[in-house]
Amino acid sequence: MTFSEMLNIGLMQGFAGLSLFSVLLLMGLGLAIIFGQMGVINMAHGEFMTIGAYTIYFVSHLAESYAPKLVAAYFPVAIVAAFGFAFAAGWAVEWLFIRHLYRRPLDTLLATWGLSLGMQQIFRSAFGAKEVSPTLPDWLMGSWAPSAGLDIPINGLFVMALTLVVTGGVLLALYRSRWGLRVRATVANRVMANATGINTRQTDRLTFAIGCGIAGVAGAAFTTIGSTGPTSGSLYIVDAFLVVTFGGAASLLGTVVSAFGIAQTQSIAEFFITGSMAKVLTLSLIVLILMIRPQGLFAAKVRR
Amino acid sequence: MTRITMNRIKPWLDRSGMGSVLLLALLLAVVFPLAFDLFRLNLVGKYLSYAFVALGLVMLWGYGGVLSLGQGVFFGLGGYGMAMFLKLEASDPVTTKIQSTPGIPDFMDWNQVTALPLWWEPFRHFPFALVAILVVPTLLAFVIGFAMFKRRVGGVYFAIITQAVALILTVLIIGQQGYTGGVNGMTDLKTLLGWDTRTNGAKYILYFLTVALLIGAIVLCSSIQKSKLGTLLLAMRDKEDRVRFSGYDVAMFRVFAFCLAALLSSIGGALFTLQVGFMSPSLVGIVPSIEMVIFAAVGGRMSLVGAVYGALLVNFGKTYFSESFPDLWLFLMAAMFLGVVLAFPDGLAGLYANKLKPWWMRRRSRRSEATDQATAASPGRPGGPAGTPAGGRSEATWGLS
Repeated sequence: MTFSEMLNIGLMQGFAGLSLFSVLLLMGLGLAIIFGQMGVINMAHGEFMTIGAYTIYFVSHLAESYAPKLVAAYFPVAIVAAFGFAFAAGWAVEWLFIRHLYRRPLDTLLATWGLSLGMQQIFRSAFGAKEVSPTLPDWLMGSWAPSAGLDIPINGLFVMALTLVVTGGVLLALYRSRWGLRVRATVANRVMANATGINTRQTDRLTFAIGCGIAGVAGAAFTTIGSTGPTSGSLYIVDAFLVVTFGGAASLLGTVVSAFGIAQTQSIAEFFITGSMAKVLTLSLIVLILMIRPQGLFAAKVRR
Repeated sequence: MTRITMNRIKPWLDRSGMGSVLLLALLLAVVFPLAFDLFRLNLVGKYLSYAFVALGLVMLWGYGGVLSLGQGVFFGLGGYGMAMFLKLEASDPVTTKIQSTPGIPDFMDWNQVTALPLWWEPFRHFPFALVAILVVPTLLAFVIGFAMFKRRVGGVYFAIITQAVALILTVLIIGQQGYTGGVNGMTDLKTLLGWDTRTNGAKYILYFLTVALLIGAIVLCSSIQKSKLGTLLLAMRDKEDRVRFSGYDVAMFRVFAFCLAALLSSIGGALFTLQVGFMSPSLVGIVPSIEMVIFAAVGGRMSLVGAVYGALLVNFGKTYFSESFPDLWLFLMAAMFLGVVLAFPDGLAGLYANKLKPWWMRRRSRRSEATDQATAASPGRPGGPAGTPAGGRSEATWGLS
């Protein structure tokens, strides 16, 4: 094996790790807002991702049957639609259920789990039990080969770029916008925020809906990697919670760092042992570290 | 004469709250065996093995205030412990002589494992298997509980971490096909110490064994609830800091509740394997673990007897609906989760204690024109039909403030 071959393997391995990192981060971002900032355990988070994924499938179907020329351009529009649908669903769910349960976190957990079951059945009734995948535009297919023997899949690059944009957007919104200010004020001291004229109830609802919308974008991005079924959202949920908890619940930076750490551990371990054992190893490490340091990597300096 | 004995028994039943346990025992041990055929009775037995998990959750979640989403882990450990013993007995060299390596379980042979792994070896002995079923899950619960509760982790974080443990165990079992049977689990379990567990007689005996152990577990748990320990658990759930400042080690009491719940789940798992004849990772993971929580929630998270009814009812519903209306079942399940949280936080037991019992009392008092309104309008969160003492948030017990 020559040096350049080894370099290529190393690069592709590194890319696989980065790719997993962006997937985990995208999953965790919405939850970092809902769970990290608001403290709501949303077990239906995976189903909001599935909403986004099915939106892409639906829009691609529409584009194919009514405007075949636009197939190359539908994807960005569909991602916006995915955000919109998941946002609206999140808004409704908060209004119907979550707002009654803010003081009872464990009950929220059960209620949202029930919600996720109901949503799965709705998906199954509407789109069938079989897994579907949208027709992807040509520019998302294939791979990019900067030199011989080095293949970087384009869909991986796309997910990575989208993750970058969404993370930047969330950071910007949280630290530079009026909404972000209101959220941070509410998280820091609800009563005081209310007293200064912030409508905390409305802030809660908007925050929950935005978190769900980001989940929808994540789901949309995942259609470029794998197919979508009624229960595919539930596969992500534990990983997403671990990413947020491991990073330190209230810290967005922690979520980024923990997603990076988990992804690299997993993909490096996969190089030496089987995929399932690598997963066992990674999860066990996370659980062990959380037992020693329950507050996660980055503890919030907020008085609760 | 019967009148005299009744007069003597009735106050005892009222006082000890054993009336509902007796009623449950009668229903399980007399009515069900007479009313159902063997197939249905075997199903009931299977549901009752889940009821052990629900009992543990009543102690841990209802009384201790700590929700574990990983009870499937302990159920699975108990079940696999029993399954490993039965599987070794079922794969003696004579029956497995067509395998390339006779004398090892069939799934090992399929996965090119040529010798029995060392950690399987002790499971040839029944006493060892029994001890493992009782000790391994309790020990695991102790380690997890000790690490978490000593650092004052509780509530949501504990739920997430126990859920992660459930995921780890499932991935491990599925990944290590050659040693655990993978997705299919361990099947074709036949005999227990030479006694064929698939015959009709054996099924009856196993059913009654399950009922006896379950009633025993209820009596044990309710005696814990009535002891000082139960009161302490309740006090910790409601005002953790006050108990801590009174000099109690809150963490160790929680560890105890978690270990108890794990032990009960494990016994349930072992009985499941015996009655159903297989064990698979589909009973270990996240989904079954949360379903087991809903058994306790539907029955009433504070009521031991309610948990058994909850397990029976939800599982009957599941069997019936997933046969007749498979599309409706998940919606019904969703409605159950949401309803139990939003509308009936105390489940069936709460419904009985808050609505049915006061109504019955009013009727009776009107008829006899007794004006004992105080008992009829008992307030708050009562402990359900088990008649648990201090079921409400009794802050007065800890009059240190």
